Amino acid sequence: MRTGLIALRRDRGAFALSFVLPIAFFSIFAVIFGGHRDSTPKVKVIVVDEDHSTASQRLIRGLEREGSLAVKKKPASKKGGEQLDYTATTAEAAVKDGTAPVALIIPHGFGENPISFGASGENRPPIQLLKDSSDLIAPQVIVGLLQKVAMTAMPDLMAEQGSKYLDRVAGGFTPEQRKRIDEGLDELRRLEDSDEQSSASGDSNRGMPVAVATRDVVGQNRDMVSFYAAAIGVMFLLFTASGASGSLLDEAESGTLDRVLSSRVTMGNLLAGKLLYSMLLAFSQLVVMFLWAWLVFKVDFIPHIPGFVVMGLSTAFAVGAFGMLLASICRTRAQLGPLSTLVILLMSSLGGSMFPRYFMSEAMQKAGLLTINAWAIDGFTEVFWRDEPISHLWPQVLVLLGIGVLFWTAARRLARRWEYS
Amino acid sequence: MAPAHVASIAPSLSLPLRIEGVVKRFGGLTAVNGVSLELNSGECLGLLGPNGAGKSTLIRSVVGRVIPDSGTVSVFGARADSSGAREALGWIPQELALYPKLTCRENLQSFGLYHGLRGAALRTAVEWCLDWASLTDRALEPVAHLSGGMKRRLNMAAGLIHRPKVILMDEPTVGVDPQSRNRIFEMIETLHDEGVSMLYTTHYMEEAERLCDRIAVIDHGRVIALGTKDELVQNAFASRSEVIVRFAKAGDGVDGWVKERAGVFEDGMARFTIEHANEVAGLLDSAGNAGHELADISLRKPNLESVFLHLTGRELRD
Repeated sequence: MRTGLIALRRDRGAFALSFVLPIAFFSIFAVIFGGHRDSTPKVKVIVVDEDHSTASQRLIRGLEREGSLAVKKKPASKKGGEQLDYTATTAEAAVKDGTAPVALIIPHGFGENPISFGASGENRPPIQLLKDSSDLIAPQVIVGLLQKVAMTAMPDLMAEQGSKYLDRVAGGFTPEQRKRIDEGLDELRRLEDSDEQSSASGDSNRGMPVAVATRDVVGQNRDMVSFYAAAIGVMFLLFTASGASGSLLDEAESGTLDRVLSSRVTMGNLLAGKLLYSMLLAFSQLVVMFLWAWLVFKVDFIPHIPGFVVMGLSTAFAVGAFGMLLASICRTRAQLGPLSTLVILLMSSLGGSMFPRYFMSEAMQKAGLLTINAWAIDGFTEVFWRDEPISHLWPQVLVLLGIGVLFWTAARRLARRWEYS
Repeated sequence: MAPAHVASIAPSLSLPLRIEGVVKRFGGLTAVNGVSLELNSGECLGLLGPNGAGKSTLIRSVVGRVIPDSGTVSVFGARADSSGAREALGWIPQELALYPKLTCRENLQSFGLYHGLRGAALRTAVEWCLDWASLTDRALEPVAHLSGGMKRRLNMAAGLIHRPKVILMDEPTVGVDPQSRNRIFEMIETLHDEGVSMLYTTHYMEEAERLCDRIAVIDHGRVIALGTKDELVQNAFASRSEVIVRFAKAGDGVDGWVKERAGVFEDGMARFTIEHANEVAGLLDSAGNAGHELADISLRKPNLESVFLHLTGRELRD
């Protein structure tokens, strides 16, 4: 026990790994999944009202009152004027470009028969739910809340539809029954109008479905395999790159680096060679991963090869430079192990390699943008999910190349300590 | 044996290596303190000194891995950091500076490429190195699987891949068994016979005596003596012989007794120098009278070890 404690105290890397890493991870998961309720992200939903009926407006007001939703009826205003309301076309485009994961289109005629029971609703126009299938959570949240809002924000319509159903199925009400029902419905309408500020919460057990037609506009007929191929792939690329660049430390410790630098090879040449090696290794890893995903999981790889190559090379450059920087910071291979594990796991959890970033709060999502993982995964998602052309990848490519150049420059500077003593 | 690579500086009348007033400090420690040396063409110059004397730092200054605080180093008249000088120099570091997962041949190929060798020139150089180091039959063996002696030989061969004209060897036999050491000596003697100029550092007296034409004795970063072995002994002892006395039972005041007779007492042994063999009898009488019981006494001609002890008051192995 004594020798173990002494060894642990001397090995600062292992010491840090033993105590700092669990705390760091616990904190990240705590922030993402609990504790900070105020920062729980709102689900963005675009709403298009084609009906302009009382029912559709009340439904929208009900959705707007939901604390967990951020309802957008028009694009964010730009300089020079107010934007027009979303239409079905612009809403679909907005979902495709990632502005929101879901859009609801309330069609003409919705108000005539907003809620129905059984077969009576078969001919009414359903609400269109356009969704980005890369977000598994938002569409389900919206569908559930839509039903809830229909029940709680339009109780009079619910009751009216109920009475119509009963009238039709049971063979009609007596005049006295009809009169009482109408009085009850009037009362419900008055209550609803007088309580605009109230929450849309209520008894959700009396299920009365609003017809919803769901359609994937991004990632149609695709599962999450390409997302996970990118997410997991980038994390392992980071480990690979840090391991590969660790050869620099091995060579420094063994004296091989000195021997190499006494030849024609300069430190710049050497680092460039090692960066190229790391890039090649990382890119090959991505190729193998996506080929496997294509062969086994039927990921649509072949049509996306150009975008894959662009994103793969950009990512490989960034992770290669990241590995060189880590190796240049560390004095020994023993230091590199714990440091790279710590940094890579933190980056991967924040950047979306462990769970999608839409689970996270706005603040965490913004923090994730400081990681290679987030930009790389976004880029691969653009390619494989949104079918974006290569020209639309410029933000991700630019950031990854920028990160690569920055890390490479810092690594080159730090490596000067090996050049001479 | 035609050189596979021709250095870009001409080995003209300039000395293969000239070191002038080199000083290197690491914080408060002066590792090399104003060393000046000249290496003649075809000569093997030994740097003999104990561990920590500054030998490796001096070699690293020559090869450009350490920047001296002052002083200059030139190779065939060119600055040591010039590309021509780099190609003319071959450095065999004390560490096993090899890629352990690569085979012998792959290691040599890698270092050859670093020195700009390509194609047939590289292949010829690799085969020559394997042959010189007697590793041809182990060419495909990963370094990690080699014995300690084989690794040492490959380490040396890697420093010669570009066929340098000046070779700097930094204790190439450290940690090697006697048999392998002899093989390494033969390899070095082959180079010597071919007229290659060498700077050879060691803290083993017998290596310096066997391999080196001249020897620079170095201690605390300074060259304290320079010459052939005979010159060094002659300068230190002239015609005197050395008497080594081991005590079976040293009485009180043995240290003072040794000093009175201009000797050095260390590790239970005393060393004296005498002009004539008959002085030994007087020494024995004196020891008996002082109550010091002797285990044995020997008379010998002084060697480099004696020279170092004479100059520094310490054993070379320290």
